[in-house]
Amino acid sequence: MNAGKILLVEDNPDDIALTMRALKSHNMTNDVVVAQDGVQALDYLFGAEGSAGPDELPAVVLLDLKLPKVNGLEVLQRIRADERTRLLPVVILTSSDEERDVIDGYRLGANSYVRKPVDFVEFTAAAKQLGLYWLLMNRAPPAPRRA
Amino acid sequence: MSALRDWPIKRKLTAILLLISGLVLVLTSAAFVTYEVVTFRDTIQSHLATRSRILAANSTAALAFANEADAREILAALKYDPHMLAAALYNQDGRVLATYPVAATADLIPAAPRPDGYRFEGGRLVGFTPVAQGGNQRLGTLYIASDTKAVSDALRLSGVIAIVVLAIAMLAAYALAAALQGRISAPILALAETATAVSTRQDYSVRAPKLGEDELGTLTDAFNQMLVRIEDQDRELRRYATELEQRVAERTQELQERHEAVRRNAAELLAANQELDAFAYSVSHDLRAPLRSIDGFSHVLLEDYAAQLDQAGRDSLQRVRAASQRMATLIDDLLKLARVTRAEMRTEVVDLSGMARDIVAELQRATPERHVEFAIAPGLEARGDPRLLRVALDNLLRNGWKYTAKQPRPQIEFASTNVNGERAFVVRDNGAGFDMKYADKLFGVFQRLHSAAEFEGTGVGLATVRRIITRHGGRIWAEGAVDRGATFYFTL
Repeated sequence: MNAGKILLVEDNPDDIALTMRALKSHNMTNDVVVAQDGVQALDYLFGAEGSAGPDELPAVVLLDLKLPKVNGLEVLQRIRADERTRLLPVVILTSSDEERDVIDGYRLGANSYVRKPVDFVEFTAAAKQLGLYWLLMNRAPPAPRRA
Repeated sequence: MSALRDWPIKRKLTAILLLISGLVLVLTSAAFVTYEVVTFRDTIQSHLATRSRILAANSTAALAFANEADAREILAALKYDPHMLAAALYNQDGRVLATYPVAATADLIPAAPRPDGYRFEGGRLVGFTPVAQGGNQRLGTLYIASDTKAVSDALRLSGVIAIVVLAIAMLAAYALAAALQGRISAPILALAETATAVSTRQDYSVRAPKLGEDELGTLTDAFNQMLVRIEDQDRELRRYATELEQRVAERTQELQERHEAVRRNAAELLAANQELDAFAYSVSHDLRAPLRSIDGFSHVLLEDYAAQLDQAGRDSLQRVRAASQRMATLIDDLLKLARVTRAEMRTEVVDLSGMARDIVAELQRATPERHVEFAIAPGLEARGDPRLLRVALDNLLRNGWKYTAKQPRPQIEFASTNVNGERAFVVRDNGAGFDMKYADKLFGVFQRLHSAAEFEGTGVGLATVRRIITRHGGRIWAEGAVDRGATFYFTL
């Protein structure tokens, strides 16, 4: 596995557990960072008040839409608005495929939109494919220069 | 001067009366004057003749002896008549023996006698009388010329009389006409005045006074009756108008109230729609997450604890998983139904035949092992929302596809037909069909006429179809019999 990490932004502990399990079955758990709401996700990416943020950006953000405090679309908006994360790959991974969510997601610059299947077998397959694709197959944008 | 036809009737009547009486009087006077003149001329002519004959009888001796002095004396007696202009005695040879006046000029006395007789000639009355002795031997001719002043005097007199009579008669006629024309003109004027009052003031209560039982009286009566009828009708009309106004006001009020109600309803509907929207959104997100946990952790149990579970335990967990997945499908279908209700309609001409062919191709691609005979009528078009109509048609054709699964020679048809003068589209299959007893349940949400074991499904598809057709202002109904296929009709 390369050094790239997955940032999983997800508030539902069940979903976190199931996602981790699905990723674990493909040996990808070490690369997963979990943020349980939008604020945590933004803190991780840009650093909490005063801190500098991570040395390295994740290879991909798996972003749920319904989140406490700051919702997924707002997180996406902030990611795209910041010079450092403008090119960061973001995959929306959520329960709904309401048309307006899909449209809003793509309009705000999501790279992909995946609806979580109810069937765990399908869910596992989706998680595996996402991990493989974004961690291994996808060529990430070059890391922005730090000030 | 204004044209005769524009004169007031009074003047017209007076003028006609005066014209007629004037004409009669003029003709009568002319006849009178003519008669007078003719009679007078005859009279003076015969006077001249008598006088001539007496004079001629007295002149025989003078002529017989050619006694010029006697002859002159005889003729001189004419001086007593101022009208006598000239006279002459001619002898047998036609020569003048004596003249009156003695120094008469040649233009007064003709040079030779002319034929006997009395006649008017050049403004004079002249007469040539034979002078004879013993009644047979002619001695000469007496010529007398008299002026016609007497005639012209008589003519002037009778003319003056005629004019005076005419003037008096015309005055009398005018006075009479002025007095009598009122008998005719007064009722007409009264009628005209009433008519003016009616037309200018729209006052139908006035009546024309009746002044006699003649034709004008009849006219007045008819006019008054007409006014009575108009007055009645006018009153009726006013009543209707008032009623109408009142009804319009009532209707306006009613409409305003209804409009207000509609506005309130629309606002409520909007609120309800927004609520439905929010509800569907949260269902879409929140209802599926627990199902994922149920299915996911059941799967975890099956995977990690398979050894600790017996067959019944594993079976139970499988059922839990199947149920959660089925519920996910139900939620998805319900969301689709809600989406159909919420979706904004965009109306355009839709090629239904092409759409049906696309759907059929999709079905055949998904299940290539099935062989279904399709008959799609070409050129079927309708106005509607292409996305919604696609969902409806997809559901109907998919339905046919599903329920012909156990049919050895499955057939599905899409066509149009005429139902009571209205065009209806038809989707017909020869599949499992249904019992007409339950036809009304066909389109209800979660209503199924087959068990999930027989044919799988959620019971939302046809409800969605009906919702779409209803939103297009159309109707949908079905005919069928058990194992004899089903036919769906819809109008748009």
